[in-house]
Amino acid sequence: MKTFTALFAQLDETTKTSYKISYLSNYFQVADPMDKLWTIALFSGRRPKRAVTTTQLRQWAAERANIPLWLFEDCYRVVGDLAEALALILPPAQQTSDRSLSDWIVWLRALHALPSDQRKPQIISAWDQLPVQQCFLFNKLITGGFRIGVSQRLMTRALAQATGQDAATLAHRLMGNWTPDTTTWAELIESDSPATDLSRPYPFYLANGLEARGNHTLETGPDVDVDQEADPAAAQLGPCQDWRAEWKWDGIRGQIILRDGNVFVWSRGEELITDRFPEFTKLASLLPDSTVLDGELLAWKSGRPMPFNALQKRIGRKTVPKKLRDDAPVILMAYDLLEHQGRDIRLQPYDQRRAHLTTLFATLPDTCPLRLSQGLDFKTWGDLASMRAGARAAGTEGVMIKRHDSAYGVGRKKGDWWKWKLDPLTIDAVMIYAQAGHGRRATLYSDFTFALWQGEDLVPFTKAYSGLTDAELAEISKWVRKNTLQRFGPVRQVTPHHVFEIAFEGLHESPRHKSGVALRFPRMRRWRHDKVVRQANTLDDLKEMLSRYG
Amino acid sequence: MRRAPVLTFTKNGIYCPAGDFYIDPWRPVERALITHGHADHARSGHRRYLATDLAGPVMQHRLGKIDLDAVKYGQTRQIGDATVSFHPAGHVPGSAQIKVEVSGEIWVVSGDYKTENDGLSDPFEPVACHSFITECTFGMPVFDWQPQAAVMAQINDWWANNAAEGRTSVLGAYALGKAQRLLVHLNPDIGPILSHTAIAKTNDILDRQSILTNNSIQVTANLDVKNLPGALVLAPPSALGSAWLRRFGPVSEAVVSGWMRLRGVRRRRNAERGFVLSDHADWKGLLQAVRATGAENIYTTHGYTDVFSRYLNEIGYHAQTVKTEFTGETLEQDQAP
Repeated sequence: MKTFTALFAQLDETTKTSYKISYLSNYFQVADPMDKLWTIALFSGRRPKRAVTTTQLRQWAAERANIPLWLFEDCYRVVGDLAEALALILPPAQQTSDRSLSDWIVWLRALHALPSDQRKPQIISAWDQLPVQQCFLFNKLITGGFRIGVSQRLMTRALAQATGQDAATLAHRLMGNWTPDTTTWAELIESDSPATDLSRPYPFYLANGLEARGNHTLETGPDVDVDQEADPAAAQLGPCQDWRAEWKWDGIRGQIILRDGNVFVWSRGEELITDRFPEFTKLASLLPDSTVLDGELLAWKSGRPMPFNALQKRIGRKTVPKKLRDDAPVILMAYDLLEHQGRDIRLQPYDQRRAHLTTLFATLPDTCPLRLSQGLDFKTWGDLASMRAGARAAGTEGVMIKRHDSAYGVGRKKGDWWKWKLDPLTIDAVMIYAQAGHGRRATLYSDFTFALWQGEDLVPFTKAYSGLTDAELAEISKWVRKNTLQRFGPVRQVTPHHVFEIAFEGLHESPRHKSGVALRFPRMRRWRHDKVVRQANTLDDLKEMLSRYG
Repeated sequence: MRRAPVLTFTKNGIYCPAGDFYIDPWRPVERALITHGHADHARSGHRRYLATDLAGPVMQHRLGKIDLDAVKYGQTRQIGDATVSFHPAGHVPGSAQIKVEVSGEIWVVSGDYKTENDGLSDPFEPVACHSFITECTFGMPVFDWQPQAAVMAQINDWWANNAAEGRTSVLGAYALGKAQRLLVHLNPDIGPILSHTAIAKTNDILDRQSILTNNSIQVTANLDVKNLPGALVLAPPSALGSAWLRRFGPVSEAVVSGWMRLRGVRRRRNAERGFVLSDHADWKGLLQAVRATGAENIYTTHGYTDVFSRYLNEIGYHAQTVKTEFTGETLEQDQAP
């Protein structure tokens, strides 16, 4: 655990990418193979199966520290991270241990075999031999969530540096549903022909957002007043003949893999979600084997996308009752072809991949749960800007712009794929509750509830967590402390005083919300210092938006 | 007839009716007794001030021309019907707990304090009393300090390592107390020590009082920092990440504060390194101090007041939270170093 803890401390103490890469790369060159494999697994969100609950951890730690449980809970609220709070209140270690990271994982797994009443003394004995940093990481092994600014991309770059292999190849090797039990460091990283994993997806290629021209900075906020049809942001990209466009669909990104008669569906979060979408099982008989499609999963009815919340109901369900399937049938809106006739064609130019894709679709029956994302025909950027203005009516969130000769890349690489989203919908609302955040934001009030007027009442209608600068967060936090009317546990009711412009991507009816409306991706766009609470919008304004855009 | 309490809590701050004076008041008053020179305790605008002789010069430097009367630690002073005396709090040089006795009943106002001897300030002395008004900036059990020697060794190692790699070390530390405490314990064999002007002024004052030997160089506009490789710079926390640091070339920045115990706070301050060193008592220190007074009534102020008083009540004290106008957690106020 010492080597891993040292790596963690190094990574945690710098914000510079180049340093992080060199620390990781050094580690990948010297650490034990099993430790390296687990390090990759942990940093990409995999963790050993939990043998004890977080409730048990809290109780046992409070007991060991000889403090009442309420006091531990208060500590946790201040610290903002459970694994850390546990490590900080436990008495300092009396012994030391030479167990490595993977030894501790093996040890943790052995707990599963023990009757539950014997797990407690085991965990406490572990705590007693781990100094505070190691103890924190040990707790993280149980609770999960290593957030230290190591992205998949950064990790593959470090691995590339350590092994001399190409980063894109490594990114592909790291995809899929491997665990440290099903593979080894040698097999996953070093072998010439990685063991065939039928379900292994390709790394997703991600687009960058296209911003309006002008002085868009954090301080001034987005330029909301640029007329996109007169001065399209896309004109920055150069001659429009070099570019292709299509709708930006509002679903979840997905990859469908057909290999050896099997169908696999992957989400962008690298989750295998095949079972949730039984619609796609029939693809095995409709498409040629060894085909991989990239596209957007959408709830689809009567030739158009249903609102996002219809899809949301499907995402959460591991098994799908027939009624739900009939209410919200799912399709893949395909826009790229990554594997064709058993060959990885990601390096072929976009137009060529699209040509193959179009040919594949030519013979598909209407009942097939696939649609081809049609290209938008435009002669000038102004044309495309006009089409974009109609995106909401088409049930989409804007347009995608892709370079005609671009390869299918890895991760978010700037230059060839752009998303040109619609300006969000906005409404001015009053802040009425505030709650402290977690982790880095544990000491700041960063989670707010907003309300709209209904007569003389303020009706809460949404929460929002993002959009303010650090300076604004510090300012509002200070204000919240001085203007608290009432506390409900960690939530503070504050004097209705501040108006914020809330931006969101869409809205739909929701019986579960007091306001009757739920927003999609709400965030704070501007702090309207220039408005007093009476000038905030009304619930009727929101309902009007619902009837127009819902 | 029920006797008036020795101290009461008013909108101006802690008040003694028997002596008609306030302790660390936050609004201008006739007569103020000041525990120490930090800005949240020693405010301007009072007509008369009383503090320790050791705290005096810094207060005069910070507040300008004030009507200041000074006493030595332990010396008693009669004010009206109250007898007052100042006792070492170990927080910063000259810092005091203030003892107020009226007709045999003793109250003590702790001011800010720490129980570990920092090698600079007169160490904390417990004062027996009936009622104890205690700060609790770090009144949570997650705050558990390592011994000073261990933390200073970490800081010196970090500095030596930076010097070896050609980087200037920058320590963010509060200008009164923390910076000088570091000066006492930094190893001058590693390299030159530089002080930001705000800190250098305080260094000079304490040097003139023979409290500190100022072995640091003030950073001025014409100081040639290129000739000072491997230097360590003491700077107020606000200077971290600022343009002021550019003159030093490649730097490593670290914050020295009790708050660095929390990873989230360190990351939010964008400090690469955080050294956990505070001039306030940790959880165990607070409990130890409360116990040593022998007091039955405990009033908690400044910090995690609700949590600390609730806990004290559970372990048998009669504790309550002092309701002040400023109820904010001190975490957001950088004056709690």
